[in-house]
Amino acid sequence: MNKQSNSYTIIYASLLVIIVGVVLSVVYQALRPAQLDNIANDTKRQILAAARLVPEEGETVADLYADHITDSFIVNTDGQRVDKGVDAFDVNVSAEAKKPAGERLLPVFECTTDQGVKYIILVYGAGLWGPIWGYVAFDDNGDTIYGAYFAHQGETPGLGAEIEKPAFQNQFEGKDIFSADGAFQSVLVVKKGQEPGDGRAYVNAISGGTITSQGVQKMLASSLEPYTGFFKTLKESKQS
Amino acid sequence: MNISKDLGALINPLSKDNPVIVQVLGICSALAVTAKLEPALVMTISVTAVLAFSNVIISLLRNTIPTSIRIIVQLVVVAALVVIVDQVLKAWNYEVSKALSVFIGLIITNCIIMGRLEAFAMTNRPWPSFLDGIGNGLGYGIILVIVAFFRELLGSGTLFGMQVIPQWWYDHGYQNNGMMILPPMALITVACIIWVHRSKNKDLQE
Repeated sequence: MNKQSNSYTIIYASLLVIIVGVVLSVVYQALRPAQLDNIANDTKRQILAAARLVPEEGETVADLYADHITDSFIVNTDGQRVDKGVDAFDVNVSAEAKKPAGERLLPVFECTTDQGVKYIILVYGAGLWGPIWGYVAFDDNGDTIYGAYFAHQGETPGLGAEIEKPAFQNQFEGKDIFSADGAFQSVLVVKKGQEPGDGRAYVNAISGGTITSQGVQKMLASSLEPYTGFFKTLKESKQS
Repeated sequence: MNISKDLGALINPLSKDNPVIVQVLGICSALAVTAKLEPALVMTISVTAVLAFSNVIISLLRNTIPTSIRIIVQLVVVAALVVIVDQVLKAWNYEVSKALSVFIGLIITNCIIMGRLEAFAMTNRPWPSFLDGIGNGLGYGIILVIVAFFRELLGSGTLFGMQVIPQWWYDHGYQNNGMMILPPMALITVACIIWVHRSKNKDLQE
């Protein structure tokens, strides 16, 4: 057989590609369940990190999650619980972010800690190079941030990527997202040394990571705002 | 006679014919994954696995591959193996696979792999090709681990994530060298290794 002929080359290439394709799909199918488990565990770890919970040695994330996350549900912009047949854990935020504000599914995770009940909310936005996201835990007054966790896909190491470091995240603890008269004001991320004149809550931005820092500010404003209704109901139930 | 030749395929790449410090291949990933020891070690194992198996597969196919699409066939085999390694890592060690992220995919473009396929596997039988793959993978890995050792020790004061620089050093004004974390220091560390290696092996000096 002439190994240099066109037909041999084409048949050879086609066979190779088909065999490789079959092998890869088998591997993918076989490993998929374990991968999905890992991704779910990683998400749980991030949710817990927002409520300042880190698994101790010998403790699995799944156990810690089961112990502390006592409820998870979906609310609408009025703050009412809705049942859309989707688990809060499975809500695809990047798809939700594209919907008009009124139709979004807003997941909430109720976390019972030593410091009382906290409500963890998912935030999603854009950094410099790609998506950034995070989880923010609120006290049951629906106003004060208890803890925050941010992650990113590909921000610049040492600059924008610093948003995933505790040094940045810990700044959010104790910040109020509503002003004294009850208007939504979010948390600003401003250049170190500066402060907004109007007394709004703020944290220091990362020097050299300006666009990512602004991304965090925008992400908080746009992701927390739809929850205003939910926070109001929390506040009212706390007062009554 | 064959035994010594096989052994040579395994041992030469560790020092005299090292892919990184003698042939100066695969430098890019040596910069990228050597800030910490653990990813460096995982990268070593991944590259060695891909290299050994792609060498064997190409060696088995070597008499059937049409020369006109030789490189494409090599790339398809390498790419398939890399995807498998990536999937396995995602299933078994998610944390490390997140840390290595895109670099696993970039094993495909690691010059060492294509280089060994062209230079060795296309003209040798499967067993020596397998040894050659293991040898070159380990030769690459030795350098990665040495570089990562110094970068993690001096840059973060840890080894495999464990604190090794005692706290009282820090109390007395010792500081981690933040420069070691940055990619350029990997190049300089590799250069230092080449310097030491060349001065020990006079015959390699030009």
